[in-house]
Amino acid sequence: MVVVVLGAPGTILRSVWYEEERLLRVAQQMPCREVQAGMLLSLMGQPQQYSYPSIFIYGHRASGKSHVMHVLLKELELPHATVSCVECVSVALLFEQVLLSFFGCDAASLLPRSPSLSDFVRIYRQQCSQSPAKQTRYIVMEKAELLRDTDANLLPALLRLQELVEDNVTIILLSEIVWDKFRPNTGCFEPLLLHFPDYSKGELQQILSQDRHPSYTAEFYSSYINILLGVFYSVCRDLRELRHLAALNFSKFCEPLAEGKVKETDTHKLWRNIEPHLKKAMQTVYLREVSSLQWEQMQQMEEKESGALRGLSAHTHVELPYYSKFLLIAAYLASYNPARTDKRFFLKHHGKIKKTNFLKKNEKTSNHLLGPKPFPLDRLLAIFYSVVDNRVAPTASIFSQISSLVTLQLLTQVSHDDQLDAPKYKCAVSMDFICAISRTVNFDIVKYLYDFL
Amino acid sequence: MSKRKLTDAHLPVGECITQVQEILRERLCCQKLPDRPEGVEAQHKHLLELLKRTAVHGESNSVLIVGPRGAGKTMLLKCVLRDLLEDKEVQKNLLQVHLNGLLQTDDRIALKEITRQLHLENAVGDKVFGSFAENLAFLLEALKKGDRSSSRPVLFVLDEFDLFAHHKNQTLLYNLFDVSQSAQAPIAVVGITCRLDVLELLEKRVKSRFSHRQIHLLSSLTFPQYLERVRTQLSLPDDFPDGKFAEDWNASVKTLCEDKSVEDVLQRHFNSSKDARSMHMLLMFCLSRVSVSRPAIKPADLLEASRLCFADAKANMLHGLSILELCLIIAMKHLNDVYEGEPFNLQMVHNEFKKFLQRKSNSMYNFDQPVIMKAFEHLQQLELIRPVDSSSAKIQREYQLMRLMIDHSQIMEALQKYPQCPTDVKQWAMSAFG
Repeated sequence: MVVVVLGAPGTILRSVWYEEERLLRVAQQMPCREVQAGMLLSLMGQPQQYSYPSIFIYGHRASGKSHVMHVLLKELELPHATVSCVECVSVALLFEQVLLSFFGCDAASLLPRSPSLSDFVRIYRQQCSQSPAKQTRYIVMEKAELLRDTDANLLPALLRLQELVEDNVTIILLSEIVWDKFRPNTGCFEPLLLHFPDYSKGELQQILSQDRHPSYTAEFYSSYINILLGVFYSVCRDLRELRHLAALNFSKFCEPLAEGKVKETDTHKLWRNIEPHLKKAMQTVYLREVSSLQWEQMQQMEEKESGALRGLSAHTHVELPYYSKFLLIAAYLASYNPARTDKRFFLKHHGKIKKTNFLKKNEKTSNHLLGPKPFPLDRLLAIFYSVVDNRVAPTASIFSQISSLVTLQLLTQVSHDDQLDAPKYKCAVSMDFICAISRTVNFDIVKYLYDFL
Repeated sequence: MSKRKLTDAHLPVGECITQVQEILRERLCCQKLPDRPEGVEAQHKHLLELLKRTAVHGESNSVLIVGPRGAGKTMLLKCVLRDLLEDKEVQKNLLQVHLNGLLQTDDRIALKEITRQLHLENAVGDKVFGSFAENLAFLLEALKKGDRSSSRPVLFVLDEFDLFAHHKNQTLLYNLFDVSQSAQAPIAVVGITCRLDVLELLEKRVKSRFSHRQIHLLSSLTFPQYLERVRTQLSLPDDFPDGKFAEDWNASVKTLCEDKSVEDVLQRHFNSSKDARSMHMLLMFCLSRVSVSRPAIKPADLLEASRLCFADAKANMLHGLSILELCLIIAMKHLNDVYEGEPFNLQMVHNEFKKFLQRKSNSMYNFDQPVIMKAFEHLQQLELIRPVDSSSAKIQREYQLMRLMIDHSQIMEALQKYPQCPTDVKQWAMSAFG
């Protein structure tokens, strides 16, 4: 074993008990995470020494928690088991994976069907007495927040596994949720808390710039990343998401270059070219409304015809029967207008209603903030008859259209199914959607909405 | 590397540090037993006496050890067992069964575990038992048979005792206490729990069979004692291979404990909790900073460790939010101020945010509703906001009522640390009215 004090430039992985070249290799694989890795290494100590029974690492998504753990354990060749709690739909899978990684498949096959924690600990102890740990064994649990949804005993037991199996084992929990939300009612063994801070803008720039395409210069790519961060940084700091966006939009960025319109150094022109494009990506790709394949197709289409490209959020292509549209409009009005105002909106001779009386503006919060209110069927039909131009008979066809609107989840039924005489509904569509619908039937809905008077 | 004990040999610093790490880590991480339990001598004597009576004289007993987490309940029991087993007679005679409420989650599993720990799998074989009591009686009966005329004493240790009370009908507890009451086989039942109200959990028939002996471990530690304990935890034993190094180390630990700033930090820790576990956590952070280049714990190390221990996790998480998400949080804070903690929904938050944008006439943060929705959902994912009722099936997402799970002071603290926070956002957060 070699004792090394690392003072090499760019490494803060110092004074740990591994070979220098290995540590350098580790450091190269985790840009901007040397401080955290160094901290972890010093907590883990030398392989044969005991480590703290449980360590809880939290930090935002894509802040390198799993990556750092993975690289450290792999490069330094420490015995470990990595378990993703998403994959482990049952605890059996979890136990199996741990036993498999530590003791081989013979041990894993000893587990009975639907094993309990007791079985797991028994087999672990039995195996461990045959092959005691010469080095600390690590169990890494990714997405540990899911452990809360399993058996209530699992998390407290894992936290003190070292004590239960009497082996040199350390549990490392990774999560993006803070520890306070994990603590069970009667408390448990408290793990060491370690925070992985988010990458700063400079660090993001540095990391993203590493993925540059070999046929372009580093400055060119990093200016692209700069522009990308300028658009997305205020909304999203998730490295993985940014990387995805960067990869998708780079070809568009290079286009003017390939056509020979601008030089690589002309950042301003390049920015002018890409900026609206990135804004569009924010409305579509970022929201996952189109897949990356669709996005590429859309980009090609756009070159041919400059049609407006829109994501699903635009809600333009919902085809409804004529009366259904009016039913939906009526439902919207019923949900967002107070019932007492119906007289004013829908009666031709509603007599004199004082304007001051009518507009009780002391009802400060508008209905569009509070959400739709439930309404009875009668009111829906009454409004429907008055908004639709011609006379409609209350036939079965109308009623069946209501229920198909419910099936389409444009309306929701609030009352119980067994209440046949006076069912209640709520309108479940957004303002934009209903405006688009009413435009198709030439109905000015805003005039009928109490909030917009 | 030889680890043989050499008296007064001078080892290289690297070797010494390795030794220090090894010794202290055993203490802090794997809870190595001290030679003598400190501060709980009376309880130690009581428990030892009690178990001795079972082990030697074949008396049945039941006792509960009650104390908060990290008070040293398990340590006490282990010390007692260690002292008890020094007796050769006892060592040969006493059988131990260790159960843990976390592992043995129902009585069937517990019984299987008891059978295994008593090495009676062969005796039980394929027998089918009518009831739990019958099974347990058989197990204890099996212990009677053998070369000795009387049965061997069995010690049952039930860790996390309160969890056993949740088992169906409390069959295990009922039977164990019943055996310990009636003069069947000599058994001692020791329960360990952190719940003071544990007796309330027991059914009447179980409670009446319990001896009502309780050993309380309520720490009455004073600050000087706490300080002393920190010092002993960090000190090296006399049989450390390199005598000179150990001397220096112990001296440096002593000066460390006398440092004013260190004392302040420890006082703060003492005030928040004085149990051993949280102290170990603090010292573990200190220890991890010890290396060849810094072969002693400096006051600065302790200060840094304390900073890590007291770091506010939620403020840390707020630091990593995007500007948009932070703006939403501020809008929620204002809504909470105005409506006195009433729940809010996305529309209200968005409206509040729009009001801010209108005043600023700054188009920089003009985002579409879906982008805001995504940010809002991210906050929900991080559990910084939580839906009021979980049945969200019938409510549109933008009208789902939410509550903010962060304190105002945490928001303000995070804002101070937030990198490149725009001034107008900061002012908006500071202003009393959104």
